[in-house]
Amino acid sequence: MSDTLVPFDEAITRYDPVMGLEVHIELNTATKMFCGCPTEFGAEPNTQTCPVCLALPGALPVVNAKAVESAIRIGLALNCDIAEYCRFARKNYFYPDMPKNFQTSQYDEPIAFDGWTEVEVEGETFRIDIERAHMEEDTGKSLHVGGSTGRIHGAEYSLVDYNRAGIPLIEIVTRTIEVPAEKAPAVARAYVSHLRDLIGGLGVSDVRMDQGSLRADVNLSLKPKGSDTLGTRSETKNVNSFRSVERAVRYEVSRHAGVLDAGEKVVQETRHFHESDGSTSSGREKSDADDYRYFPEPDLAPVSPSRAWVEELRATLPEPPAQRRARLQTEWDFSDLDMRDTIGAGALDLVAATIEAGASPQSARKWWLGELARRANEDGVDLDALAITPGQVAGIQSLIDAGRINDKLARQVFDGVLAGEGTPEEVVTARGLEVVSDDGALGAAVDQAIADDPDAAQKIRDGKHQAVGALIGSVMKQMRGQADAGRVRELILERLS
Amino acid sequence: MSELTRLSADQAAQAIAAGETSSVELTQALLDRIEAVDGAINAFLHVDADGALAAAKASDEQRASGATSYLSGVPIAVKDVFTTVGQPTTCGSKILEGWIPPYDATVVAKLRAAGLPILGKTNMDEFAMGSSTEHSAYGPTRNPWDTDRIPGGSGGGSAAAVAAFEAPLALGTDTGGSIRQPGAVTGTVGVKPTYGGVSRYGLVAMASSLDQAGPVTRTVLDAALLHEVIAGHDPMDSTSIDAPVPAVVAAARRADVKGLRIGLVRELQGSVESGGGFQAGVQARFDDAVGLLTDAGAEVVEVSCPSFVHGIAAYYLVMPSEASSNLARFDAMRYGLRVGPEGVDDPSAEQVMAASRDAGFGDEVKRRIILGTYALSSGYYDAYYGSAQKVRTLIARDFAAAFEQVDLLVSPTSPVTAWPLGEKSDDPLAMYLADVATIPANLAGVPGLSLPVGLADEDQMPVGLQFLAPAMADDRLYNAAAALEGLLEDRWGGRLLDQAPVLEGAR
Amino acid sequence: MSSGISRADVEHLAGLARIELSDAELDRLAVDLPAILEHVAVVQRAAGDDVPAMSHPLPVDNVFRADEVRPSLTPEEALSGAPESDQQRFGVPKILGED
Repeated sequence: MSDTLVPFDEAITRYDPVMGLEVHIELNTATKMFCGCPTEFGAEPNTQTCPVCLALPGALPVVNAKAVESAIRIGLALNCDIAEYCRFARKNYFYPDMPKNFQTSQYDEPIAFDGWTEVEVEGETFRIDIERAHMEEDTGKSLHVGGSTGRIHGAEYSLVDYNRAGIPLIEIVTRTIEVPAEKAPAVARAYVSHLRDLIGGLGVSDVRMDQGSLRADVNLSLKPKGSDTLGTRSETKNVNSFRSVERAVRYEVSRHAGVLDAGEKVVQETRHFHESDGSTSSGREKSDADDYRYFPEPDLAPVSPSRAWVEELRATLPEPPAQRRARLQTEWDFSDLDMRDTIGAGALDLVAATIEAGASPQSARKWWLGELARRANEDGVDLDALAITPGQVAGIQSLIDAGRINDKLARQVFDGVLAGEGTPEEVVTARGLEVVSDDGALGAAVDQAIADDPDAAQKIRDGKHQAVGALIGSVMKQMRGQADAGRVRELILERLS
Repeated sequence: MSELTRLSADQAAQAIAAGETSSVELTQALLDRIEAVDGAINAFLHVDADGALAAAKASDEQRASGATSYLSGVPIAVKDVFTTVGQPTTCGSKILEGWIPPYDATVVAKLRAAGLPILGKTNMDEFAMGSSTEHSAYGPTRNPWDTDRIPGGSGGGSAAAVAAFEAPLALGTDTGGSIRQPGAVTGTVGVKPTYGGVSRYGLVAMASSLDQAGPVTRTVLDAALLHEVIAGHDPMDSTSIDAPVPAVVAAARRADVKGLRIGLVRELQGSVESGGGFQAGVQARFDDAVGLLTDAGAEVVEVSCPSFVHGIAAYYLVMPSEASSNLARFDAMRYGLRVGPEGVDDPSAEQVMAASRDAGFGDEVKRRIILGTYALSSGYYDAYYGSAQKVRTLIARDFAAAFEQVDLLVSPTSPVTAWPLGEKSDDPLAMYLADVATIPANLAGVPGLSLPVGLADEDQMPVGLQFLAPAMADDRLYNAAAALEGLLEDRWGGRLLDQAPVLEGAR
Repeated sequence: MSSGISRADVEHLAGLARIELSDAELDRLAVDLPAILEHVAVVQRAAGDDVPAMSHPLPVDNVFRADEVRPSLTPEEALSGAPESDQQRFGVPKILGED
């Protein structure tokens, strides 16, 4: 069944979007939430399990102190109140990759609540209210075997690996977000990106959307303009990049508008986002009849963080993002527009790390917002998913600064590094990209260029130095771009003055 | 019958230490006894002769070369609700038939470390849901006093094994009386420690906030000795108490009730004739025992615990609710019975789960799961589960108020003696009422001990008296029970179990 | 609140509890459960609003463990009870509902 879509710009003339964002953060603790199994990636299946995370009969959970600490720090970074007393709760439902057939989570007593944070979109600041942040655990992973699509429907059987069952998660839930309709997609994207910066700064998670350590579910409903009645909402999952957050909002607005315009009712359901075309498709019907039968987890003691502990943790928080941004802007001598563009591209930390690795602020910005942003866009991924590190970008810039390559050759070095051929140094060597600075070789090429274009040579002798460009071009062609343009110019002028 | 099998655990420990017997000899004698009589009793679901004898040998060798624990070499039977490496753990259910756990329960590990050979796993009501062991998927256990009668439940297997001299010690679990009530109806000693006193890691959970492991023995001192082996803080159990184990063995040896204030719980006594709910013979033996305590210097008063009358109702909401969640893991995906729905070629996971659970769980388990699911469901939570948890607070307050006035509370453990097999098994409510006296302790988390105090006149079946103490004061139970036990044995000229009929097949 | 629980309710609950009850079982439970509920419903009147619910009998809080790795089971141990397994994973039938 295909969706009737009303173009976004048209839809927002009649409807206002109301959004809610649920973000899951996978913590980078050494062990799981309720047992001592390791959390390292890439292990052989079912080698990181124990009676607890396999939910063998008789097993009991014990809370990971570091996870509680991280939860509190996340709550503080989001300006939340930290509960004086809270309990875990069982969320009961059946699913093969959830071994206990209940998830140990928190229900009406989250560890952090009533917070807020601010995001910036094109110079405008939006305040997002945070309803809660709570602790829970991840599920195992199923491989679906057989069936044509490789997704669950049509699979013949599944193979389950419980290595990831029990990994600590923090779920952050916003209150409803109502911003000017045309800004909604960008605000949603900015919020998730901002969480990445904020929580990444705490050191508690890798916060990589492309790796699943930062997951966003987008809830959306539409209100007819001028009305106060909230519409039925849909929940969109499988949103794997910041770009996709924005695209998901746009698509759902278009889709809901199409349904409502036709006089029909929006179905309250969970939808799947498709990276390939930015569409969503129907998943499971999400009814309030999903009766999770929550009750306080009797196997775990309540958590009552002392106020002294909370203050100790507050003192460990890094500089608030707004303050940090202001400081960096001054240090880097960026204009407001430069700063805004950098943040908008999700490149702030990447630029900072590149500068830390030795590049100048301007050059760091140039590469991340220029060449690399273009490539990320082409590949349909976020900047931080590119296979190049800030250190490597700084490395490429330092090769340029040393005169060993030029800007044009640098692009080929980027190609090589992104293709996994090695470090910038290794790529330059392997591909033979080093700029030739040997005057002998350059001189020969210069002489050739002069011989090939006597008219241009004459113009230069006559003082019309604009013609130098043509000769430089000819030399560069001979040298396959591997010449320092500045030195070539000097040599030409030496010979023709 | 071999004299060895009649020894208490304490006597056996001393005999082994004195070189009068060895663990291997004792273990073999018990294995022979099991073979002779268990056909009639059905206390054991699994007997591990090789494993027990190997452990016995290891214990004898260790003793020869150095220090061992006091009970090392004294065999024990373990309720089939505890995980045991190398032996099946079925919880009395078809859904776990043949399941061999890859890990030991903490208490099992403690038994092994202390050198106690594990004879085997004992029968129980399926997933500890029942008061008669008739709900076991593997057939009922029979009361050694009268094999046409129930041995109590859910831990009827452990109690019967000890009562039939198949083991001097057994491990049980008590969620609503499942150690104490079988103790009462089989003439053995059963103790439910303070909640959190003994680790639940490896104890297949029924009701997490109520379950507790405890000793099943023939004497109070034996129970105290076993208590000290199994109790203590366990970092693998977040609900276990981080404090030293109360000095229960010293208390059992002290056995002195002079000056002790003892409260009779008004709501937990009274013969049927006088308007209470207790069998006449039960009330009579209880009254006699209380008389002995008074004679020995205890001060006995009546106290009222008005919320106790709501105990059964609260229990039969809290327990099924927690159990419905704890038993969700039995879904045929990682372990246990897996069957597909009949007539479906390519069933989904959901269908296989539902078919396996229907085939693997018995009627009582299904009844309680459905009841618990209802009590937790949206719209009913406050009225049922939520309200029941409030009643727990009231019951805990009643205990607290009572313990301001007295040091211990007493009541008959069970309102009736062992009833005939089949009499109540079709009437769930009738079965539930058997727990009226034992349930309050589980709801509040306080410790309780059942001691045999005689035989009821009308049927010559054992009667038990229950002591209850404040949380963490388990030692008070052992002190008073040991004193009363001594007085009773003086009167009987021996143990109550000496009066039990000789079993068929026994030598 | 009446303790009326219909056969349809029992069927719904069985679905939530993932138990495929037979018609005979449904019939039986539709009789047993209302009887039990009638007895346990007394709890609703027992305690006032001011009485707190007791979820934990032990008054203990903040029970944590250090974030340190402990030995896991071997894959053989983990899979030892599996009704079906393949490639060191648990084999389960096709899953219909998705999360």
